[in-house]
Amino acid sequence: MGLIDRRMGIFLAGLFILTVAIPVGNLLIDGKPVPSYLVSLFGKYLCYALLAVALDLVWGYCGILSLGHGAFFALGGYAMGMHLMRQIGDRGVYANPDLPDFMVFLNYSELPWFWHGFDMFWFACLMVMLVPGLLAFVFGWFAFRSRVTGVYLSIITQAMTYALMLAFFRNEMGFGGNNGLTDFKDVLGFNLQSDSTRAGLFILSAIALAAGLLIAKAITNSKLGKILIAIRDSESRTRFLGYRVEEYKLFVFVVSAMMAGVAGALYTPQVGIINPGEFSPANSIEIVIWVALGGRGTLVGAAIGAFLVALTKTLLTGWLPEAWLFALGALFIFVTLFMPTGVLGVIESTLRRKPAPKPTQEASV
Amino acid sequence: MTHLRSYLFTVLTCVAGLLATMATAQDFDALVASLPDGNFDDRAAVVGQIAASGDDRAVGLLEALSDGELQVLKSDGRLVIVTDVKGVDIAADALTGAEAGVVPRRGASAIRVNNSLRRTIGAAIGILTLSSPDPARRLTAAEAAFRAPDPDQLDLLQTAILDETDPRVSAALKSAIAATTLAGDSTVADKLAAIAILKTQANQAALGILTPLVAAPDAQIAAAAADAVDQIERTQKLWSGAQNVLFGISLGSVLLLAAIGLAITFGVMGVINMAHGELVMIGAYTTFAVQEVIRNSFPFLFDWSLLIAAPLAFLMAGAVGVAIERGCVRFLYGRPLETLLATWGVSLILQQTVRSIFGPNNREVGNPSWMSGAFDIGHLTITYNRLWIFVFALAVFAILLFVMKKTPIGLQMRAVTQNRAMAASMGIRTGWVDAMTFGLGAGIAGLAGVALSQIDNVSPNLGQSYIVDSFMVVVFGGAGNIWGTLAGAFSIGIANKFLEPYSGAVLAKIIVLVCIILFIQKRPRGLFAVKGRAVDG
Repeated sequence: MGLIDRRMGIFLAGLFILTVAIPVGNLLIDGKPVPSYLVSLFGKYLCYALLAVALDLVWGYCGILSLGHGAFFALGGYAMGMHLMRQIGDRGVYANPDLPDFMVFLNYSELPWFWHGFDMFWFACLMVMLVPGLLAFVFGWFAFRSRVTGVYLSIITQAMTYALMLAFFRNEMGFGGNNGLTDFKDVLGFNLQSDSTRAGLFILSAIALAAGLLIAKAITNSKLGKILIAIRDSESRTRFLGYRVEEYKLFVFVVSAMMAGVAGALYTPQVGIINPGEFSPANSIEIVIWVALGGRGTLVGAAIGAFLVALTKTLLTGWLPEAWLFALGALFIFVTLFMPTGVLGVIESTLRRKPAPKPTQEASV
Repeated sequence: MTHLRSYLFTVLTCVAGLLATMATAQDFDALVASLPDGNFDDRAAVVGQIAASGDDRAVGLLEALSDGELQVLKSDGRLVIVTDVKGVDIAADALTGAEAGVVPRRGASAIRVNNSLRRTIGAAIGILTLSSPDPARRLTAAEAAFRAPDPDQLDLLQTAILDETDPRVSAALKSAIAATTLAGDSTVADKLAAIAILKTQANQAALGILTPLVAAPDAQIAAAAADAVDQIERTQKLWSGAQNVLFGISLGSVLLLAAIGLAITFGVMGVINMAHGELVMIGAYTTFAVQEVIRNSFPFLFDWSLLIAAPLAFLMAGAVGVAIERGCVRFLYGRPLETLLATWGVSLILQQTVRSIFGPNNREVGNPSWMSGAFDIGHLTITYNRLWIFVFALAVFAILLFVMKKTPIGLQMRAVTQNRAMAASMGIRTGWVDAMTFGLGAGIAGLAGVALSQIDNVSPNLGQSYIVDSFMVVVFGGAGNIWGTLAGAFSIGIANKFLEPYSGAVLAKIIVLVCIILFIQKRPRGLFAVKGRAVDG
């Protein structure tokens, strides 16, 4: 099986069409058949899709149900947000060339040490991957080594993102407290409000999603990927066969966290704000339902699931705000009870009357 | 020399005090008349003399002066007390109380007071009430004299303590005399005695009086004061430790209540019930609904509202719990991660249902009379609602323990969780037992809601704020062990409150969370792990 099988091929083709059609519709055709806000909206969905792929990599292929992936996403977003804050320079409300607005407001006299370096784009990009990766490494190193698995791991990852949320809500942390980071002006000299920048970010998100999918696919196709699946299906048996289970888990967990960080970094400039709400445990659980809806362990399905849920959310919260939580709640119950293979599994099995490769019963334990 | 001078001064003040007490009503009128003259300092002196006169009218007059109601009529220069009656200023003679008619706009000017004068007046009024027949008022007065010691009032206080029969007032007076002695120019021996008295007080006010004395010119006094300050600080540290333990126990009982239902569903059954917080919320809203009915129809039952709400909340949340188990969880046994997701979905639906019915805002749940107020033990203040919640938590815990260990249904629950197939072969209806067990856990969550409605905001988000905490408690204590939940709740609660003074509330919570995460790495099965073959079942 090559890197691009039929499923991946169809998805990438669709993604490519979308990536061409939306910017063209927005920038080149007169009368703008695609309004500018749609470009950012779809860009946001692409970030979610990348995040879902990241989670599918650890949950679908290694059985690690992380309820804290929102934390890695938010950390990447904050790293990018910090760079964008520094780019504002003296154009803020207080016109202070050295300090972002919220620091002036909170009576900071100088830049906290961890803000240094973020005025350089390459440094911020490095941090986008490094910070989530490091957190995942430390956390995973402790957790996997002491064999915290299954539900216990899920609960402590949830506690991790909850603790981070509480921390980032504090004004003393130096990340803007509950207002977060916002009021960005430009990135690398491009105005964030202009249509062409938005289109550029959209295309970048699409490329990142495609790259993320291919990397994840490459990992799962390799020998290492087979071992990951073995760990998912029977962790102790794999350990008895002589594999160092915790190292494999740690590797895939860190890669996934970095991917989530990149998704967050692309998300921040397109949405225009990053705040501690992104760390909330509810957000992280929502990511899980994207993956479950699309089809766990299929990568492409995760991306589709993220897209579907996010689109429904946008539509429903606009039309019937009260109905959204009902719909989401029902979705959680329905998918877990009746659609264990997700949308992709259902479609493929009805199309070809041949069930798609799906996680075995044992795997979900 | 110093001794002599302070002695002389004492004598002089005594004489002055005596003279003042002997002053006749005529002098009182003259004193009052002289109030508008001079600057604030002069006025303060006059206030002192008025207080010392012991005249019946003094309290009312001084209160009026403090409130700016004592005014001078511009027409004839008479002193009047002006009161606002329905927007019209009515004047009454300050001395006789006779009506003086309506004051025209800008027809009178108030005698001006500043904050320091207001304090003087406050102390003076305090002293005057020392002779009140009501012990509570005398106590307030003695405490006021302690807070704002005025050397001129020493004699009054010393007279008052001779006639005092109430032991509490007497003790307060003793401290007030000590504080007053230290503020004035008494002999060194007197002051040392005063320091000794304050030393036994061991509160912040005593510390406030003694701390400046450490730098007193007299070495003896300075040493005594330093010693006293030292001892008071030590006592205070002890008390604040006790206070932290108390707060911690209080927080622990809240955590215990929130987590104990989870100890059944998660700990015993192994079901990750993410809707647990929402079951707590349902209990709280049941309490709210019961109180609404009682308020509107049977107001005399209000004090009983919580006792009425508790069984209803248990049944309500229990019924929802059974519905969740039968409708959803039972299809997912053995697949904990799926259970987690499905019950999360349930929690979203419950939240939105409550939000649609009751609205998104906080609902007010009243405290019955027996839950409001507080009492003191030593330097500790214990509020009744915290005390009752503690009692309630322990009672719920005890009942749960009894049900699990001593009743047939408890026996069946344990049998089913330990070996389902074997239990089924013995004729136990496992499906029914599952539903009952889940319902029991859910019902207890509802009971927790009744208690939490007393101390927290009743809103659709109530459950969300407890879910992470409750899981932490159960996991920390060790799933499957109810005693572990008890230990986990109180140790997390107390640890939190001991950290709070150093790090602030939010950071304390974060530190505790991180510690628990680290702890789980070390002992993945919690504080009191269940041992044996059931562990990996």
